[in-house]
Amino acid sequence: MRTCSRTGPGVGGSVTDVVIIGAGVAGLWAARALLARGIRPRIVDRSGGPGLQGCSWWAGGMLAPDCEGATAEPAIVRHGRAAVQAWSGVTQVHRQGTLVLAPDRDRADLATFAARTRGHIAADAAQIGELEPGLAPRHRHGLYFADEAHLDPRQALGDLVRTLEQAGVGIEQAEAVPEDFDGTVLDCRGLAAQDRLPGLRGVRGEMLILRSSEITLTRPVRLLHPRHPLYVVPRAGGLFMLGATQIESEARTGMTARSALELLSAAWALDPRFAEAEVLELGTDLRPAFADNVPRVIRCGRVLHLNGLFRHGYLMAPALAFQAADLIASGQKGDLVHEG
Amino acid sequence: MRDFYGVRLPTRLMLGTAQYPSPAILAEAFRSSGACVATVSLRRESGGGQAFWEIVKQLGVRLLPNTAGCHTAREAVTTAQMAREVFETNWIKLEVIGHADTLQPDPFGLLEAAETLAGMGFEVFPYTTEDQVLAARLVEAGCRVLMPWGAPIGSGMGLNNRHGLRTLRAAFPDVAMVIDAGLGLPSHAAQALEMGFDAVLLNSAVSQARDPVTMARAFACAVEAGALAAGAGPMPVRDMAVPSTPVLGKAWL
Repeated sequence: MRTCSRTGPGVGGSVTDVVIIGAGVAGLWAARALLARGIRPRIVDRSGGPGLQGCSWWAGGMLAPDCEGATAEPAIVRHGRAAVQAWSGVTQVHRQGTLVLAPDRDRADLATFAARTRGHIAADAAQIGELEPGLAPRHRHGLYFADEAHLDPRQALGDLVRTLEQAGVGIEQAEAVPEDFDGTVLDCRGLAAQDRLPGLRGVRGEMLILRSSEITLTRPVRLLHPRHPLYVVPRAGGLFMLGATQIESEARTGMTARSALELLSAAWALDPRFAEAEVLELGTDLRPAFADNVPRVIRCGRVLHLNGLFRHGYLMAPALAFQAADLIASGQKGDLVHEG
Repeated sequence: MRDFYGVRLPTRLMLGTAQYPSPAILAEAFRSSGACVATVSLRRESGGGQAFWEIVKQLGVRLLPNTAGCHTAREAVTTAQMAREVFETNWIKLEVIGHADTLQPDPFGLLEAAETLAGMGFEVFPYTTEDQVLAARLVEAGCRVLMPWGAPIGSGMGLNNRHGLRTLRAAFPDVAMVIDAGLGLPSHAAQALEMGFDAVLLNSAVSQARDPVTMARAFACAVEAGALAAGAGPMPVRDMAVPSTPVLGKAWL
């Protein structure tokens, strides 16, 4: 384990030389936030851009701060509420809200979820049918979070890269660590930076992508279940992302049969037509997380680590990037900034 | 308080480590409650759980690895052997699930695994029902601790069969017993201790609470109250009212 190096000038003051390592959602947003403050960074990524190798690729793309608030720390809800507007300047954001449902026998879970979240209205069979005709009359009890939204993560990453290129910031392909550069470095490598961030762990997540021409969901639907909670996020072209397991494991093996069974059974319970859907992808990756599952900017001398986005990459990357950029541009220290 | 394979525990609260909102909240729940045993599962993490197990080890409490998710004696024995290597303890909470929906223990697989594990030097904490015959066989197999369920795992119903549990407690006065599974409220835990059980083990009741840290503390208070009450000798229950102030001789106005 490396320790935080305090040699060299600290972050702050007049900074022109900034290098970002990692072109996942955190690194790309960091670049965007720096550009907005008049700083033009370099971006270096081991693969030359976003793709299969990063956990941003496997995300759901829900911008659902209120639903996440059922279990997440208040900071996630507070910062997450700004994500819709931030992303709207980058990519197509679908402001369709979130529908939360529970099987009849788990209605108590719906009441608990309602009591622990804000920004929802109760949805009865008629309202569910109006929002998602395909789900009526199978589902009769739900909650509708009208202010939430979703995006397509892969499209969003592409759009981020494109807007950065338009501003003259490309991505250089190189395997790099912060010591390779002088000046200010933003280390956005996710779990690859685990050797220098004590307490950063990987939380395994597994997801599927299905294709169906029959299913017509237009917004993320969450199915509460005491054992196998599920969310389904619709994407263009009849694609549906099913997610996601959350296992305290750093195993990088493929999806287990059990996880596939659980996710697919839950999807079948949501809408039996999923039984006929085509399975396009089974994905697994590790989400980097700190002990409180809240992301951090950790300052170690001239290196800022932006990490620990857990399951909130798309929800929290803008806020995390803005705080890192503010720290660099003006020394302003936000609530997500920690000293290493 | 009875001991657990020679170990005297400082408190009567054991907590599971699954499904907390975050490891930070898990650690705080242990601190706020003084829970002295942490159960930890091995199976689902399948070899990649070191980072999380490290967090659990750092709680500084005694670890009780379990065989959650095993459906046969053979699976449970293999999982127990792996757990002994990873966590360096002979303690094993033995779960052999017989029914996928109720997660009810399989009494036959449980007994078979308990016999095998006891023969291998494990100190077995079997997750069992309130069945007295099964309990006798488990004790014969070498179990010095029993973990009868209160209600199905994760149901939060409390003590479903109080008569059965009371009978079980009375039948094995020398065996340490922990009510495991089904507790939802601190009052359920207090009842278990009042009935003479030595400790309770719970997970969802704390991890699924809106505020797990405060709920853990509430359970700590409840087990302490229940244990004090059991030691203090509860009054007998009667069908008739018994006035605490004599009526006889009182002036009738």
